Amino acid sequence: MEGFWNIFQAFSVVLVIGGTPLLFATLGELLTEKAGHLNLGVEGMMLIGAVAGFAAGHFTGSPLLAMGGAFLAGGLGAMIYGFLTVTLRANQVVSGLALTMFGTGISSYLGVNFIGQKMSAEISAFFSPVAIPLLSSIPYVGRVFFRQDPMVYLGYVTVALLGTYLYRTRIGLNLRAVGENPGAADASGINVDLYKYVHIFLGGALCGLGGAYLSVVAVPQWQDGITAGRGWIAIALVIFAGWNPFKAILGAYLFGGLSIIGFYFGNYFSAWNISQNLIDMLPYAVTILVLTASSVRKSKEKGAPKALGVAYYREER
Amino acid sequence: MQAQVFVKMENICKTFGNVKANDRINFDVHQGEIHALLGENGAGKSTLMNMLSGIYKPDSGSIQIHGKEVVFNTPKDSIEMGIGMIHQHYRLVEVQTAKENILLGRKGPFFMKGAHVSKDIREIGEKFGLPVDPEKKVYDMSIGEKQAVEILKVLYQGADILIMDEPTAVLTPQETRKLFAILRNMAAQGCAVIIITHKLHEVMEISDRVTVLRKGTTVGTLATKDTNPKALTDLMVGKTVDLAISRPPVERGRVLLEVKDLCAYDMDKVEVLRDISFKLHAGEVLGVAGVAGSGQKELCESIAGLYPVASGQILYEGESLVGNSPRDIIKKGISMSFIPEDRLGMGLVASMDMVDNFLLKEHHNQKGLWLKRKPIAEKCAEIIRRLEIKTPGVHHPVKQLSGGNIQKVLIGREIETNPHVLITAYAVRGLDIGASHTIYDLINEQKEKGVAILFIGEDLDVLLELCDRIMVLSEGAVTGIVRGDKATKEELGLLMAGEDLGMEVAQ
Repeated sequence: MEGFWNIFQAFSVVLVIGGTPLLFATLGELLTEKAGHLNLGVEGMMLIGAVAGFAAGHFTGSPLLAMGGAFLAGGLGAMIYGFLTVTLRANQVVSGLALTMFGTGISSYLGVNFIGQKMSAEISAFFSPVAIPLLSSIPYVGRVFFRQDPMVYLGYVTVALLGTYLYRTRIGLNLRAVGENPGAADASGINVDLYKYVHIFLGGALCGLGGAYLSVVAVPQWQDGITAGRGWIAIALVIFAGWNPFKAILGAYLFGGLSIIGFYFGNYFSAWNISQNLIDMLPYAVTILVLTASSVRKSKEKGAPKALGVAYYREER
Repeated sequence: MQAQVFVKMENICKTFGNVKANDRINFDVHQGEIHALLGENGAGKSTLMNMLSGIYKPDSGSIQIHGKEVVFNTPKDSIEMGIGMIHQHYRLVEVQTAKENILLGRKGPFFMKGAHVSKDIREIGEKFGLPVDPEKKVYDMSIGEKQAVEILKVLYQGADILIMDEPTAVLTPQETRKLFAILRNMAAQGCAVIIITHKLHEVMEISDRVTVLRKGTTVGTLATKDTNPKALTDLMVGKTVDLAISRPPVERGRVLLEVKDLCAYDMDKVEVLRDISFKLHAGEVLGVAGVAGSGQKELCESIAGLYPVASGQILYEGESLVGNSPRDIIKKGISMSFIPEDRLGMGLVASMDMVDNFLLKEHHNQKGLWLKRKPIAEKCAEIIRRLEIKTPGVHHPVKQLSGGNIQKVLIGREIETNPHVLITAYAVRGLDIGASHTIYDLINEQKEKGVAILFIGEDLDVLLELCDRIMVLSEGAVTGIVRGDKATKEELGLLMAGEDLGMEVAQ
């Protein structure tokens, strides 16, 4: 039993690390969707952020520039999507898929010389775990949540900030109106296109941070296609979270855990004769279950923003 | 004292593509008056008002508000000049509360503090007689409440020029009266109220002055007390029109369609039809009245086999229709021309031409693998002649026709199948007076042929003039069936509001 507890605690620590890139990407997509835009380019924006962050870290040696570069690059990647869907009113699904392909391609191209290279020791030291006084001494919880690297803490802060922003501020209220009913927002004097651009940018920037967390902090070396499909899971997580940032953190950690469960509990599973393939399938199987469950659940409050995926024309005739 | 001029619009022009929606329009509104803007659909009323509220930009012309020349680039500019527009389709965010909707787009501290706002909302509400609960979610509100929120919203913005786009379209006569009292109260407090409408009796009842538009131009501005409905109609249409709708007496035949204790539920398991029972005879028009969403759509779709019936019976000549597929029901001679709000949504395929749209209903009667277009095209040409449909040809996409002509195509297709039962919903929605009368004539023609007609309508005046009997729905239940020649609008209104008048069911 002692052995299991130790494995469980180690598993929990890594679960938070595995969940953090998902958390940033989920929050980014959530913010984008609150503006009424379904951006399926999450995977692409994460990869753009991952390669930009790695390059910035590699050449400048500055951890802050690495993350800042990833933030900016993710946001700029999203602006391609933003221009297509806000100004040109192109189909959001196709534009998002195009962004994913673009991001995948450009990250492979730019990253070709980095393959196998590690992040410098200084940067890794900057992002090494820091214990938070008092909180970190709580049994289990302290070890799991409060002896982590700074980016994990930034994740907590982002959740709190985003929740406050969306539900407690005027701009958040206006933003939600833009996603629900852009006509109503427009008639109330809200600059609908500006709101959309700003939040598509910020959403992409958060996805970029998620990608850079992988390449700069968690792995930390460059691999081609480093995000390995996490962007798609993030899109599903937004639905799982019911467009609520506080629930997004639960979902991100749950899926972070599912993706490493085989690694930590492999012995137990093989003892019970459960195939490793089945275990590896878990995150994807659970994604399908979650999407099924959330389609069955009908709630006016927890549903998608009403105007999600619909282009807004003012002078419609 | 000469009342101040609040709004002055001069020589306003606006073109969409190659359609001149507004052509040198002049329009002015004074403080403390209720000014009606009257015109048929497509006369340019909404376009003009959308320019006043900053949604469209005029191509040329000038707008003066409170004596100051203005250029509106966005609705925000217009709101800041004290103009508030209440759109026909309410622009409210359903999942937010009344308070949140009222706060949308307002300036103020970054973090919202609600308490004093709720107080302000209640105060304004009391002043103008608009009871609104600031914490209530919009999706829980009745249509009247939603309208109250819209009005409160513009008042909270500090508007003293209020534009209402067809505000009574979704209200019962009683709610309308309440609204008019509020509007008069606002005018008395020094606001200017503009009300867009095509209902003449409302113009006569509420307005001080009326401006008539026709085909994008100003026909004239009159003091309401110096005019009458007949004169206004002639101005609106541009020629003398006979406003009367005929109700030809027809010997009523046997019962063709009987509905007994029909119940149905929607996806959220809410009861949408409750114990509906009525009989529809050959050679009669049975009208259906009710505020929007009282179960009209579900009733039509249940009869047509498109909506799941929970319990009860639908009998066609004594034979049950429940459980039959829509195609079987069409084969029995029950034809439905359900015209939804967007007109093209359920009835016709917009991008197809007339022939293909006819084929959609005809092709299962054709034999062989290939579609035969030729006979259908001949049939279409015949219908175009008979119903005077204005179209470049049978192969022209129907979405490019005007609303009235689309409606004629739809009804033409339905009567072409020689139905025994014809169901029409909102057959004249969005049509001008001339086109509406063509449709009424078509319906009467069918009635004289012995067809049983279920006519779902909106305008109570039309229902009272056209229908032999009128069934009133309220929240999915029948609150009364009255005779068209005996009932009054007040009675219908009370029934629509769900009141039990203890009236006898007209057989």
